[in-house]
Amino acid sequence: MIAGLGLLLGVVLGLLLQPQVPPWMQPYLPIAVVAALDAVFGALRAFLDGIFDDKVFVVSFVSNVLIAALIVYLGDKLGVGGQLSTGVIVVLGIRIFSNVAAIRRHLFHA
Amino acid sequence: MTEDRPTVPEPEEPRPSGRARLLAALRRPWSRGQVTAAVLLAVVGFAGVVQVRANEGNDRYVGMRQGDLIQLLNSLSTASQRAENEIAKLQQTRNTLRNDTDSRRAALERARQQANTLGILAGTLPAEGPGVRVSITDPNGKVGTDLMLNGIEELRDAGAEVIEINDTVRVIAQTSFKDGLRGIIVDGHQLSPPYTIDAIGNPHTLAQAMAFTGGFIDEIESPAIGGKVVVTQTQSVEIASVRQPAQADYARPTNSE
Repeated sequence: MIAGLGLLLGVVLGLLLQPQVPPWMQPYLPIAVVAALDAVFGALRAFLDGIFDDKVFVVSFVSNVLIAALIVYLGDKLGVGGQLSTGVIVVLGIRIFSNVAAIRRHLFHA
Repeated sequence: MTEDRPTVPEPEEPRPSGRARLLAALRRPWSRGQVTAAVLLAVVGFAGVVQVRANEGNDRYVGMRQGDLIQLLNSLSTASQRAENEIAKLQQTRNTLRNDTDSRRAALERARQQANTLGILAGTLPAEGPGVRVSITDPNGKVGTDLMLNGIEELRDAGAEVIEINDTVRVIAQTSFKDGLRGIIVDGHQLSPPYTIDAIGNPHTLAQAMAFTGGFIDEIESPAIGGKVVVTQTQSVEIASVRQPAQADYARPTNSE
């Protein structure tokens, strides 16, 4: 309930404020968003499994975002930024898919 | 992922299903975990929307890598070079067409001038200009073809460009003179005295040509004829009579450039 309202609040704030993404953040933000989505779906799955822990959620959220940003940064420095970003997106996408599959089994028993 | 499909929840193990847990969470909003999740979800929503907007914005090249940008720049410069070549080619075409139009216009102008000149010569166009008006009175009816021809030849000799008799007959190359019963017949027109000859040319020269000793005026005014001639120099002689252009039935222009 509150979680859904929080998501809604964030979206509305983003639409209303329309902030400019600072240039140094521009390469990292998309990857960070995908990583955060992965953490959110993981948390929802854990909640449905009955093993949700808010501390674990916060830590996994922050570490996901930071590691994703770090990988992009490292890739840029090594000259393989594009490929590494793609790799990170693929891995996170696979994880999101498996998490969503688990959530689906919980909610719809299918 | 363990396949924990809770078809029938066992009463001795009160482990609620995922759906029940979700419903319980909806009913009981203010747990610590939910608030944490709300904060983090707000962050995700905010960042996601910001990123989407930035992605939709006009700066589609922001965040691209150096290699991609260089490639993009190269393709752009190639495209602009191609466009410049195209521009040069089109400009050349335009210049060619413009020259063509200019020369065509010049030719048209020349043809029109020539048509005007020839029209005045052939008598198909009305004309005006400085010249003389020669009025001839002939109370005795003695002025005939030869005298008239003399006078016209004098005018032509003095450079008359357009000649008209009695405001009705335009004198051109094919004009014929014949003696009639009363007066003369010019190109089939019966003309009777007094005669008027209008001529366009240098007024002074034309008047001189009429007036020299033993010339046209002297002949007309001699006692044998008994006529009278008045030559009026004027800056504006208007000659309105025209001729239909004659079709040459026999003569053909030879192609001798």
